[in-house]
Amino acid sequence: MDLTRDQLLELYYYMHLTRHFEERVERLYRQGKVVGGVFTGRGQEAVPVGTCYPLRKTDFIAPVHRDLGAFLVKRMSPGVLMAQIMGKADGPSKGKDSWTHCGDMELGIIASTSMLGSSIPVACGVALAEQMRGKDTVVVSYFGEGTTARGDFHEALNFAGVHQLPVVFVCENNQYAYSTPTSKEMPVADVADRGPAYGMPGFAIDGNDVRLVVETMCEAIERARQGDGPTLLECKTYRYSGHSAHDTDGYRPPQEVEEWHGRDPIHRLHDDLVMQGLLTDDEAAKILERVQSDVKQAVEFATNSPYPRGEEAIKGVYSSA
Amino acid sequence: MEVTYLQAIHDALQEEMRRDESVFLLGEDIGVLGGAFKVTEGLYEEFGEQRVLDTPISELAIVGLAVGASLIGMRPVAEMQFMDFISCGFDQIVNTAATMRYRYGGEVGVPMVIRGPCGGGVHGGLFHSQMTEAWFYTVPGLKVVLPATAYDAKGLLKAAIRDDDPVLYYEHKYLYRRIKEDLPEDDFVVPIGQATVRREGTDLTIVTYSAMVHQALAAADRLADEGISAEVVDLRSVRPLDKETVLASFKKTNKALIAYEASKMGGVGAEVAAIIAEEAFEYLDGPIVRLACAESPVPFSAPMEKFYLPNVDDIVAAATQLDAY
Repeated sequence: MDLTRDQLLELYYYMHLTRHFEERVERLYRQGKVVGGVFTGRGQEAVPVGTCYPLRKTDFIAPVHRDLGAFLVKRMSPGVLMAQIMGKADGPSKGKDSWTHCGDMELGIIASTSMLGSSIPVACGVALAEQMRGKDTVVVSYFGEGTTARGDFHEALNFAGVHQLPVVFVCENNQYAYSTPTSKEMPVADVADRGPAYGMPGFAIDGNDVRLVVETMCEAIERARQGDGPTLLECKTYRYSGHSAHDTDGYRPPQEVEEWHGRDPIHRLHDDLVMQGLLTDDEAAKILERVQSDVKQAVEFATNSPYPRGEEAIKGVYSSA
Repeated sequence: MEVTYLQAIHDALQEEMRRDESVFLLGEDIGVLGGAFKVTEGLYEEFGEQRVLDTPISELAIVGLAVGASLIGMRPVAEMQFMDFISCGFDQIVNTAATMRYRYGGEVGVPMVIRGPCGGGVHGGLFHSQMTEAWFYTVPGLKVVLPATAYDAKGLLKAAIRDDDPVLYYEHKYLYRRIKEDLPEDDFVVPIGQATVRREGTDLTIVTYSAMVHQALAAADRLADEGISAEVVDLRSVRPLDKETVLASFKKTNKALIAYEASKMGGVGAEVAAIIAEEAFEYLDGPIVRLACAESPVPFSAPMEKFYLPNVDDIVAAATQLDAY
């Protein structure tokens, strides 16, 4: 897929939006305006943004806690997403669940739980239903490399392989599951190596090269859409912050963190675009302005959104209540 | 038409699949084999391999797939080959299926059913005889039903399939071919959350459900010979639990014996006892008695399983003692 200049600038915008949105959330957290778990994916933006970007409106994603960018690319309003994070009534879960544990089936976003891996069979269920209906819908299931140690991962990919489901399994390998490095998490070097064991091709790519991510994703999407089955796409990347806002992150060598900063996905795209004469400094500044304005608006919306009333806790448990 | 409990379940599945093409089945050995107990016999031939899906041994995936499919409007009926194995899919039931609607702000739901054979008395041992409803009936977001008759087996399964929330449907394997009833030809549904009085009485209320209903009725016959009039209430649903019917009966008889084939501690019987004590205290003429299984896993060897399971004699003895209070 040859990306047009407009498309490249959209990718640039979304990655910046993701990063600024998350930085703002971190600030709100330090101010006590966001509580609970905050799991930023700073440094990983190219993966959720790049993999979600080529999808249709009618395709589905099953993102997890570090895929905030995918929510934005799937057109969840930044204000609504911010309200969700602040526990306000205007969030998609109406305050029922935290962080990005929410969904919107109209936008094609499947809600996940905190039980890592549980979203994978659910994503496959959506794919199965669409396959049964004869549609060419594609479902993208996101998870980290740590999650691949869970039983749900095995059962879901096994099933998807048997039924050649139209799913793209996107593994964001950021080298650590909380404090656990991949050397303790798995006996193989690449999660992608597991693909063929489940009857699907596996690819391990540089997840910080957003253009490569988009290109590889397009191939996987096409494969699924044509009825040629699932793909396991492992994107190597790195998170700059700890696992969560309260993780002091003492388990990673500072040189390693610095090294990955040198491969920053947003700076790389910026430098590529500038070098190719596709982006001027002025244009970059304008996009940044737009991002800052969008985040500001999102915070305003979320701040003005009311908290749900306490009694709302018992609503929505069943269809009739 | 005379139909066994098992046949009633089969017919409910078949009729609902004919009625609504969004209904499909998934589970281990349900298709080509027709199910370990033949509950789904013939359905694969009628509806094809997509709608009667033979899955790998993957309880977590079976449940998760059902959740996903139901989120976009399908009505899956997932089978656990034995309700003992439901523990293998536990997380997907209590944390995914039960919470989806809640976390979607009530807008999107999970209209799925998980069904499977439960209960002992068939030399099944620890892992093919369990009653696991106590693990789930405490979870907001789930519904749990246990039919005791062929009529209820059919009507409750239809209700479960048509319900917009996740329903766990426990069919007692001991009843599969042992009970036969005349069922109506026309479509009928038994509402979830409604208990029923199986036998009227005045001296004490026996609250029960699933296969134990039959022992309770047999016990009531014997009690009647001794001049004790026992009312038998069949809960049918344990979540939601019809406390109105239970309390109405209790207020009439003033004594309650709760008989259930499950671990006594923290089981449904404990909950019913608490409800009665809390909401009908003034009507108590005796202690609320629970009769349940022995405190052990389900043993295999025949004399031990016999010891483990409550039987008609046990119910008669407990009821006689309660009546004398």
